Amino acid sequence: MTDWDPSKPILEIENLSISFFTRLREIPAVMDFSCTVMPGESMGLVGESGCGKSTVALAVMRDLGKNGRITGGSIKFKGRDLTHMTEDELRHIRGSEIAMIYQEPMASLNPAMRVGDQLAEVPMIHQAMARADALKLARQIIADVRLPDPDRILRAYPHQLSGGQQQRIVIAMALMAKPALLILDEPTTALDVTVEAGIVDLVKDLGSKYGTSMLFISHNLGLILDVCDRLCVMYSGEAVETGNVTQVFDKMRHPYTQALFRSIPLPGADKNTHPLIAIPGNFPLPHERPTGCNFGPRCDYFLDGTCNTGDIPMDPVPTHDRHATRCLRWKDIDWDAPAKVGKVTEKLPRGRLVLKMDDLKKYYAVSSGAFGGGAEKVVKANESLSFEAHENETLAIVGESGCGKSTFAKVLMGLETATSGQIMLFDENVQDTPIQARNTDTVSKLQMVFQNPFDTLNPSMTVGRQIIRALEIFQKGTDDADRVERMLVLLDMVKLPRAFADRMPRQLSGGQKQRVGIARAFAGGAKVVVADEPVSALDVSVQAAVTDLLMDIQRENHTTLLFISHDLSIVRYLSDRVMVMYLGHVVELGTTDQVFAPPYHPYTEALLSAVPIADTRVKKRRIVLEGDIPSAMNPPPGCPFQTRCRWKTQVPGGLCDTVLPPVQVLAGGHQIKCHLSAEALAGMEPVITIAAE
Amino acid sequence: MEPLSWPMIFAKMAVQFWPVWTALVVTVALSLHFRRRLGLYGKLFDSTVGMIGFVIVMFWVFTAIFADVIITFNPLGQLSGLKNALPGTPVPGSDQWYLLGGDHLARDVFSRVVMGARRVLTIAPAATVIAFMVGITLGLPAGYFGGKLDTGLSFIANLVLAFPVILLFYLLVTPEIRSTGVPIALAAVLFLFPVIFVSVLLNSRYFTTPSKRNLYVGVSLAIGLWAYSGLAFNADPTGIWAMDPNLLNVFVSVVFVNAPTVFRIVRGIVMDLKSRDYVAAGQTRGEGAWYIMLWEILPNARGPLIVDFCLRIGYTTILLGTLGFFGLGVSPESPDWGSTIDDGRRLLSIYPHPAVVPALALMSLVLGLNLLADGLREESMRD
Amino acid sequence: MLPFLLRRVGVMILTALTLSFVVFSLTNLAPNLEKLARTEGSVRMTDDAVLSWIENNGHGGLMVTRYGQWLGVVPGWVRTDDRGVTRGRCITRDVTAEAAPRYCGILQGDWGTSTVFREPVSKTIADKLGATGWLMMWVMLVMVPVSLIIGVLSGMREGSRTDRVLSTFAIATTATPEYVSGVILVVIFASATTGISPLLAEWGWISGRTLFLGTATSATDKITFWNFALPVMTIALYGIGYIARMTRASMTEVMTQQYIRTARLKGVAFHQVILKHALRNALIAPFTVIMLQFPWLLNGVVIVETLFNYKGFGWTLVQAAGNNDIQLLLACSVVAVFVVLVTQLISDVGYVFLNPRIRLS
Repeated sequence: MTDWDPSKPILEIENLSISFFTRLREIPAVMDFSCTVMPGESMGLVGESGCGKSTVALAVMRDLGKNGRITGGSIKFKGRDLTHMTEDELRHIRGSEIAMIYQEPMASLNPAMRVGDQLAEVPMIHQAMARADALKLARQIIADVRLPDPDRILRAYPHQLSGGQQQRIVIAMALMAKPALLILDEPTTALDVTVEAGIVDLVKDLGSKYGTSMLFISHNLGLILDVCDRLCVMYSGEAVETGNVTQVFDKMRHPYTQALFRSIPLPGADKNTHPLIAIPGNFPLPHERPTGCNFGPRCDYFLDGTCNTGDIPMDPVPTHDRHATRCLRWKDIDWDAPAKVGKVTEKLPRGRLVLKMDDLKKYYAVSSGAFGGGAEKVVKANESLSFEAHENETLAIVGESGCGKSTFAKVLMGLETATSGQIMLFDENVQDTPIQARNTDTVSKLQMVFQNPFDTLNPSMTVGRQIIRALEIFQKGTDDADRVERMLVLLDMVKLPRAFADRMPRQLSGGQKQRVGIARAFAGGAKVVVADEPVSALDVSVQAAVTDLLMDIQRENHTTLLFISHDLSIVRYLSDRVMVMYLGHVVELGTTDQVFAPPYHPYTEALLSAVPIADTRVKKRRIVLEGDIPSAMNPPPGCPFQTRCRWKTQVPGGLCDTVLPPVQVLAGGHQIKCHLSAEALAGMEPVITIAAE
Repeated sequence: MEPLSWPMIFAKMAVQFWPVWTALVVTVALSLHFRRRLGLYGKLFDSTVGMIGFVIVMFWVFTAIFADVIITFNPLGQLSGLKNALPGTPVPGSDQWYLLGGDHLARDVFSRVVMGARRVLTIAPAATVIAFMVGITLGLPAGYFGGKLDTGLSFIANLVLAFPVILLFYLLVTPEIRSTGVPIALAAVLFLFPVIFVSVLLNSRYFTTPSKRNLYVGVSLAIGLWAYSGLAFNADPTGIWAMDPNLLNVFVSVVFVNAPTVFRIVRGIVMDLKSRDYVAAGQTRGEGAWYIMLWEILPNARGPLIVDFCLRIGYTTILLGTLGFFGLGVSPESPDWGSTIDDGRRLLSIYPHPAVVPALALMSLVLGLNLLADGLREESMRD
Repeated sequence: MLPFLLRRVGVMILTALTLSFVVFSLTNLAPNLEKLARTEGSVRMTDDAVLSWIENNGHGGLMVTRYGQWLGVVPGWVRTDDRGVTRGRCITRDVTAEAAPRYCGILQGDWGTSTVFREPVSKTIADKLGATGWLMMWVMLVMVPVSLIIGVLSGMREGSRTDRVLSTFAIATTATPEYVSGVILVVIFASATTGISPLLAEWGWISGRTLFLGTATSATDKITFWNFALPVMTIALYGIGYIARMTRASMTEVMTQQYIRTARLKGVAFHQVILKHALRNALIAPFTVIMLQFPWLLNGVVIVETLFNYKGFGWTLVQAAGNNDIQLLLACSVVAVFVVLVTQLISDVGYVFLNPRIRLS
């Protein structure tokens, strides 16, 4: 290591190719990938699922498993080629010089080992440190990752910590040997946004404190902008564009990067006047990649005879800072031309009242104690929910885990009955009517679109059969032939080929499955649709298309859409009104403009600040919440948000600790459940400001 | 005639098995040719282990089917002078040999083993099927609804499972108990489940179109109850469905022992699958509980269930052998492998062949089933 | 932890009561009692005489009452016949009617008398359990370490050559029930005409006619390698395959977990990954399996003791069942069920104890 010059790159990947070998064929996962990370620099790898970004990370660790093999190129770490190292040499580098942090914190910690031992193991292996010293170091690092009560945590088992704390431990473990390079593979994807913000801050601070270089892998462009100096955009196994973050974001030179930015809901996008532009077509499967440019078939600038003839090399963009693109036509494209605006639509007027909830409460009795028995405890999953929803309207329900949004959906759908309060659905009180007792008409008018595309369809039934079953149960169609016809029409509606009727769900991509789910929900002519995070598990380019589809169907059928989400960007894009929930309470309710502008509820304020936005013009005030979301089993007294609220000191008399705040109705029917005085609320500053262009 | 040497014995046996070889070759060739269109079954041929298991199992299945052609002597016939005859001993007054020797009653071991295959391969799969129907019909609601129903059913299942199997057999499979009618009562309960299962299955699927429902459910009920009356109560007027009381006793006990394990497996899978979104989708469109259990959950539990089905046939074969080994509930003449081993073991150290041959047969069948299950498990996890 | 234990023990007692009642009813069925009457009284008894014998010997009346008497929660029956002789459940040759206690069931330690062995059932059971205890001990000593080692070795590198060889061995042994492996082992090692013994005798390597003994009867007095190895191996083989496969499954699952990758990428050496990170997590499941193996081991014990003529608990059970010895069969059943329930309890508690995720939540 002494012969390594710190002004040279710490990691230099050149023309790396990786393949996975199955019994049938070789599947190339990464082709001709190059990137360089300088000391202290953080490099982002961004792309949609299946683009090969995680494979690159694992190749750096030389941990591709039995089937994966590096088929070409080199990975130089501090000038030494990792691809030719023996297991023994690798072992000395892993953990001590290169450390890795993963997506699932719970899964990456050994459940049967105390946290302290897992941390202490690292210096004990690499520096032959004594156990006592190693534990002392572990204690210090735990304090560094800002965890309270390090001594307790050292003795704890992983399952005794919350998700956010676990991820901090994983980070601490990676930092134990003060590595020169840290690889982070989607480190915050499994966490709530407000927790994510804390982790991101921590990673940035520690990076600069220890001077660690980072390879940060994410599908979220906003996060990359927050954390990284440089980035590399990947598409279908290839790097398509690389450069420093501001240049790639503002002066991108690859059509895929451009299309990606146009398909994500940035501030300013609006479903009626500035709709998102979805990328047409599908991500190619690894063994069905086209010749020439992989992105060619989906590209607006595709030129037959040029783009589909041979391999395309990375081409440096002159005058830019180490900026390169894998596009043959980048010099011909007018990068400043405004996007073709999609079809602009009229905002439909708000129609009649279809759904009204009045002081709805849902409590569960659960038995505490590990082995059953013990005292019965009441979990207040929903506390006094009141709101209205009208025809043609999109009402977004925003909140993080444990906020009670799924319970609310269950009660509304009739899978559970309410503890008290009223639900008025089309002039009918349904709060006490379980779904079996509701008549077919009511059931078919109120349907749901589910979150997980891989779970929403029955894997052992054909797509057509599943839609036909919905028609049967909703008593639509006169006979089998008629129902088949209706099913095909529904497939048309969600823009899927009719041939898909005979396919099994596993033959469909995530976005296509979600479309089938939508078709099934609308089989009975649904009037109110609860969409539970319908796009959050989809890739960004697919998200836009599915969102658009939902909007189109809504406009045609005059549907009321209850859109449950934690993603404020998409909520701002498509909703008319927003309801923010925290620990079973509605903390804020108002039109989209009201909620996204001050005055805020303190929680909304923090949430807005926490959501990463992939736009260099946006300036955010950084508000990082302390700690984790309290458990719904054990909510704090008084205001549910008081444990993390930064405004708490402004309320006199410790009211927040003891008294549940009243709902304040501000101008325009904007409701905020907070003790803050009207003056304090009025004095709030916006979290997000967009710099003038 | 001279006694045969071992190579000659094997050659003669191989010739006797000709219908089995033919059938095996045809089956494997067809399956290999169409394997890409045969789903999980086709994928089985990608795994060496699975294919070996499949071939062994099919060997015995075809042996059972063509047993009448393969045997060289009446499996119950006793020929004088051939008591404990060594393998390859010629039979006086014919041009045949006792290929695998004679047993202590001078019967042909080879023919008995071949006929035993037929007996084992009719009882074991049938008992396993019934056990699965019982286990599934009870396991689905226990896992799906949970609560008191689950507690009660699980308690009962655990009761049965806490019995050492052998003890249960000694208590349940005795001539005394037959005269009390306990086996018939058990049969009356256990055999009802397949009828319930099929009727509920069809009803939950077709209740939206009553005309179809009435037809399907009616036909299945008619056939089911007809078979039920014959098998459980021996009251079928046509006499097509009937079961020897000895056999009924054995059959019922084996089902009784197997059903709780199936119940536990099904219950576990259902508890896992019921939180899936497609189940919630079924619930939110107002499907009945049985439709969700039978049509949304059960088909997706098929992987582990098929694997367990193969293993369980093997296990049932072992159980039947155990029963035979203790001489429980089978007629003394019966060529089934367990009782043949029991007969043979008395003179084991002097004349091993009457016991070793059925022992190897039983082992190879169970091994085949285990390998098949392993191959299926491996291939079904590959998706 | 304590409430869990109490609840678990409560369920166990309820199970034990239910099961013992079932066993009691099944052993005391009318045909069994008639058979008993004919063997104890006289074979040529008339049907009426049989009925009165049953009545006079306390086998009449409600099943529940009789069960209560046997259990010792209902006073034992007392009957004075025409000749003025008072007999009763608790009255024996040594205890007069006046001195007899009111209750004498298994709760009071009175298990009745065996009709086959002509001695108190408790004595028979204690003796035979002792003999079987030795057998079980050796089976465990062979089976547990061997199967765990096989399982761990084949599970730590799934699909390797070691794995294939060991897995095939494990599958083969699970496909071989005791009555098959016992027969094969005897033929190979303990037959004077086949297997390796004739060869060894010819070469003069063994003094006797066979290498191992084909029966284990002599092991009742003194256990030697030569009379005990075959029965122990016969039982152990089946269990080895089963436990090894469970261990392998558990091990392969653990090896694919993210935390194993974490450990590997921390720079932990492969053997340390196995020993420190994988083993503890992988052995939780097999522990439960080993404990739940007991009902099946009991099966093996019965088969092997019959096959090798070793006069232990299993052999006794067969004798009791074959000779309609109601009290003995009942006692055997209760002991068997009790053993099974206790091992289930240990398995449950052990699972919780080994698994910090459950223990501390």
